[in-house]
Amino acid sequence: MHLILFILFAGCCLAGAVNLLLQTHPINSALSLIVVMSSLAVLYLLLGAEFLAAAQMIVYAGAVMVLFTFVVMLLNAGVEERTRGSRIARVLGFPAVVAILAVIATVILSAQGLTPDAGVQQGITSTADLSRVLFSDLLLPFEVTSVLILVAVLGAVALARKDNGERVPGK
Amino acid sequence: MPRVPLLGPGIGLTKIWVPQVSLLRPGNDPNRIYQTRLKQVTIVDFFLWSLLKVVVVTVILLLAVSYTVLLERKVVGRIQNRWGPSRVGPFGLLQTLVDGAKLFFKEDLTPTAVYKPVYLLAPIISLACSLISIAVVPFGAPGVGPQGVNLFDISNVNIGLLVILGVTSISVYGIALAGWSSNNKYSLLGGLRSSAQMISYELALGLSLVGVVLRAGSLNLSDIVDVQSHGILSWNLFGGFQFVAFFIYLCAAYAETNRSPFDLPEAESELTGGYNTEYSSMKFAMFFMAEYGNMITVGCVASLLFLGGWTSPFGPAAPSPTHTWAHALVPLIWFAVKVFFFLFLYIWVRGTLPRFRYDQLMNFGWRVLLPLAILNIIGTSLWLAYR
Repeated sequence: MHLILFILFAGCCLAGAVNLLLQTHPINSALSLIVVMSSLAVLYLLLGAEFLAAAQMIVYAGAVMVLFTFVVMLLNAGVEERTRGSRIARVLGFPAVVAILAVIATVILSAQGLTPDAGVQQGITSTADLSRVLFSDLLLPFEVTSVLILVAVLGAVALARKDNGERVPGK
Repeated sequence: MPRVPLLGPGIGLTKIWVPQVSLLRPGNDPNRIYQTRLKQVTIVDFFLWSLLKVVVVTVILLLAVSYTVLLERKVVGRIQNRWGPSRVGPFGLLQTLVDGAKLFFKEDLTPTAVYKPVYLLAPIISLACSLISIAVVPFGAPGVGPQGVNLFDISNVNIGLLVILGVTSISVYGIALAGWSSNNKYSLLGGLRSSAQMISYELALGLSLVGVVLRAGSLNLSDIVDVQSHGILSWNLFGGFQFVAFFIYLCAAYAETNRSPFDLPEAESELTGGYNTEYSSMKFAMFFMAEYGNMITVGCVASLLFLGGWTSPFGPAAPSPTHTWAHALVPLIWFAVKVFFFLFLYIWVRGTLPRFRYDQLMNFGWRVLLPLAILNIIGTSLWLAYR
């Protein structure tokens, strides 16, 4: 059952990713990306990471992609022209991608204690266990990451302000 | 999620493990141990029972949707000092069937300028999301049912609350894409408004539920109800001091379901119907089935999270029914009463409050509800830590 679900949703994920690249209309690409995100959520669930799966659905498939489609709709972006691309990219690109994937796969497979089917047969990591680790053992990295995101938010607000911050107080 | 072995010969007889949440749990002890015992159910049993539950719940939900429409027309009629539908059947009770037949037999127009794949997909997304989210709602106590089958929930998942939030966040695509693919400026405005509104209010919606989750220590909806099973004073609304969260949840949920006073995406007086302007026949009806289905889901979730779900307000003070059928049905009746209260409240608010202006909508969401929700989380955490 796990194998069937895995093959089904990995197939969905790959098909969505290929469709994302092949479509010329921005909305179709965005919808394909939603399919990719949702399939990834199911794959996380198969690995027993239930909270991660839910977060993937809510944050990526929900909020982030809604913003993407919102912008596409707002700009009313039309069909894009298909270009042939540069020759150098085609000659060098595919071997480079294959090489990088090979290196990553080798590193992962040769790592200690990581078998290709690690975790699939194990139980579900409950949200309570996850949060206990996140808020006790990994508290410092967690907080540092949140400060990092806060900095990004402040940067976005500073850039989006129209009057370059020269607003007179009380106006 | 049940562990199911690989498919093979004799699949029907393979036993699978289905988690059963134990009811034997000490009351208000914060360090209580969650006992989960596994029961064996054959895969055929599991499949057939699930199918039965899905069919029953879907039929009841769709019936409830059609009669909520009638209830709304009747109640809004009385609020406006008129009768509402009264001609078809006794008290107009058959009006919804006639309406449904009318929508079903209407000509299914597809305007020439629409972007067809997305135009057809949008109502399906809306209705599917509305029907999926009811699947994790428990209607009665877990562990009631024959042969280890939970009779009163389709699926008892650990992250039930997050599933509902996730499905809600997906359902915005139905409206947004409908608005965009219709190729009509009013539809597009409706779609844009709904995207912006849903993103804004989703934050407040999610944050308002954190207090409830903190008190229960679980994201499982049955566990959340279990904490509130000692009468009205243990409900999250009163005993949990979550009345601020309740207010925020109701406001945000009204905005998420595009109901008045947050019905800007379908503001008839401004957008000639908004996102659904170019839709006709059953496609149009699907949007409204989705909207009323979402209203019912919101009512279910609100009663589970704040009003103790299927538990009675008297708690252990009232004698619990001894007969098997009464024992199973009385919680269902309590649950139905609470959901009906929320549906009535929806209609009451619609009949009473005027629509927000767009800037008021954004101000209210970001400057009032969001800070309030964060303050509520801080207050609840402090209360739980130092009580």
